Amino acid sequence: MSAIATRTGPRKKADRGKVLPTVVLLIGAIYCLIPVAWVFVASTKSRSQLFTTFTFTPGDGLVDNLRSLFTYGGGQFGLWALNSVIYAGLGAVLSTFVSTMAGYALAKYEFKGRSVIFYSILGGVLIPGITLAIPQYLLLSQVGLAGGYLSVLLPVIISPFGIYLSRVYAAAAIPSDTLEAARIDGANEWRIFRTISVPLMVPGMVTVFMLQFVGIWNNFLLPFVMLSDQNNYPLTVGLYTLLAKGSGSPALYSLAITGAAVSIIPLIILMLFLQRFWRLDLISGGLKG
Amino acid sequence: MPLVTSPESGATTSAVPRRSTPVRVRGRRHHVHLAPYLFVAPAVVLFVVFMLVPIVYAIWLSFQTYHLVGGGILGHREQVFAGFENYGSVLADPNLIAGFGRLGIYGLIAVPLNLGLALLFALLLDAPASRAKRFSRTAIFVPYAVPGVVAALLWGFMYLPGTSPFSYITQSLGWGDIPFLENPGIFGSLANIAIWGVVGFNMIIIYTSLRGIPSEMYEAARLDGANELQIALRVKIPLATPALVLTAIFSLIGTLQVYGEPTTLKPMTNVISQSWVPLMMIYRDAFLTDNLPSAAALSVVLALGTVVVSAIVLLLANRRNSGGVA
Repeated sequence: MSAIATRTGPRKKADRGKVLPTVVLLIGAIYCLIPVAWVFVASTKSRSQLFTTFTFTPGDGLVDNLRSLFTYGGGQFGLWALNSVIYAGLGAVLSTFVSTMAGYALAKYEFKGRSVIFYSILGGVLIPGITLAIPQYLLLSQVGLAGGYLSVLLPVIISPFGIYLSRVYAAAAIPSDTLEAARIDGANEWRIFRTISVPLMVPGMVTVFMLQFVGIWNNFLLPFVMLSDQNNYPLTVGLYTLLAKGSGSPALYSLAITGAAVSIIPLIILMLFLQRFWRLDLISGGLKG
Repeated sequence: MPLVTSPESGATTSAVPRRSTPVRVRGRRHHVHLAPYLFVAPAVVLFVVFMLVPIVYAIWLSFQTYHLVGGGILGHREQVFAGFENYGSVLADPNLIAGFGRLGIYGLIAVPLNLGLALLFALLLDAPASRAKRFSRTAIFVPYAVPGVVAALLWGFMYLPGTSPFSYITQSLGWGDIPFLENPGIFGSLANIAIWGVVGFNMIIIYTSLRGIPSEMYEAARLDGANELQIALRVKIPLATPALVLTAIFSLIGTLQVYGEPTTLKPMTNVISQSWVPLMMIYRDAFLTDNLPSAAALSVVLALGTVVVSAIVLLLANRRNSGGVA
């Protein structure tokens, strides 16, 4: 007996040392998953069930909800989803391209004005992107672009943070000797960039792409300010209008909930898939430099 | 801030014996000089058009005002120079001061909890004793994929007495609803939405910087008899300071820019006014009351505030860290 007691004593203590951190982590995980779980459950409820049954009891209205979601306003929800994909996809690709070129040049070339350019752009990190939205709107409406796709797409291509990350990554990942050797072999600068530097920068580019994609996908104020035609809305603004109208009619609450559930599925999948490819240590490593 | 030093072409190239003729060398050197400008050109053009010009325009606009010229049907508004008039009226507006007050309360809840929880989760992920790490890390990161507006919508329904699971529990216990959407509960409710959305992202930033600490540091501390808690407090946290500073700046900027969450919750409650936070006020001035100069002046004030706050954080971090990591 005493032998067992002495043996279980320390083991119990060690177990407790393991249990507490794990429990805290799991509480954090549950806290983060509850609203997501709720929205999927709630999307299965019919309008009457939404406010009458216990919140985590599934209902039987999923098919109806999906049908009314995708037929709302003549298929506007599908249009919003498509718009979000266009804004975030195209915007992130262009932004990654621009950031990579700029970051590479700022890291790997000595040229007049380099510091001025770098610190001006870096200062842009501190300017609230949102503060820019209104003057951007006024300027774009003077050239007749406000309200269209380009008004949401163009301003997001320039990403000070993306350029900063690309510069940090290029400085760390591309050996200057390799570039020099290629130059001696007579390769021109564009070719060196394309065949040597870009392949080395891919992990950094994926990171910039993901950050930009999520950032643009989640953006609310810029499209909210720029767009007036509902057919050009991305999901965020579209769902907001459903909710804002919903305060008058509970039917739109159901739509907003189902829409929210449908809209977060692709992004969660994309993130789980790309999670292993992106290098977030870049971000923290950046300041350590 | 890192200054990347890259010893560049000139010296090394000229040291290498060359076969090509001087003319071709000059041509290629010219190419090297031009290349970086071509590479940064798209970024610089976009930066000027979509950041610099709007900023200058906003500043210019903030010094303008409208005056009614003539009267009756023929009267029209004319834009004239106003000096600091807009700044005067904006800064004296009790609504704005109240808005910053609300922002302050919100920030005092959101920022420390956000950083504290992110740091706690990151340390636990890094602790050898924890289990279920992969699952927890992914689960805590999931909300980052949920747009702020959708997050506000989800939590809004978690708060709304008719649909809230929390109020359901308190109701069945006979305690009534939890006042999530009333004053003062609304501050905690909004802060919770912000924390929920970004704690995973901040956790990953801190966690990756913890992973970058060489394990010899821990072994030395263990040999000195330190336990895991002491290692976390005395070794890990000081070495993760740059990541903590970065996340602090991100959450401060995020706080000053809070807009989507209160705007989304607004239809569900009557305690959120049209001018609840400064950004909502800017939107109201620009699009609802059509007072662009006032909106511009407010934008400039907010942008300056953000720069000042970020600079203070960086300065404090550098002072505390002088001679250390940063």
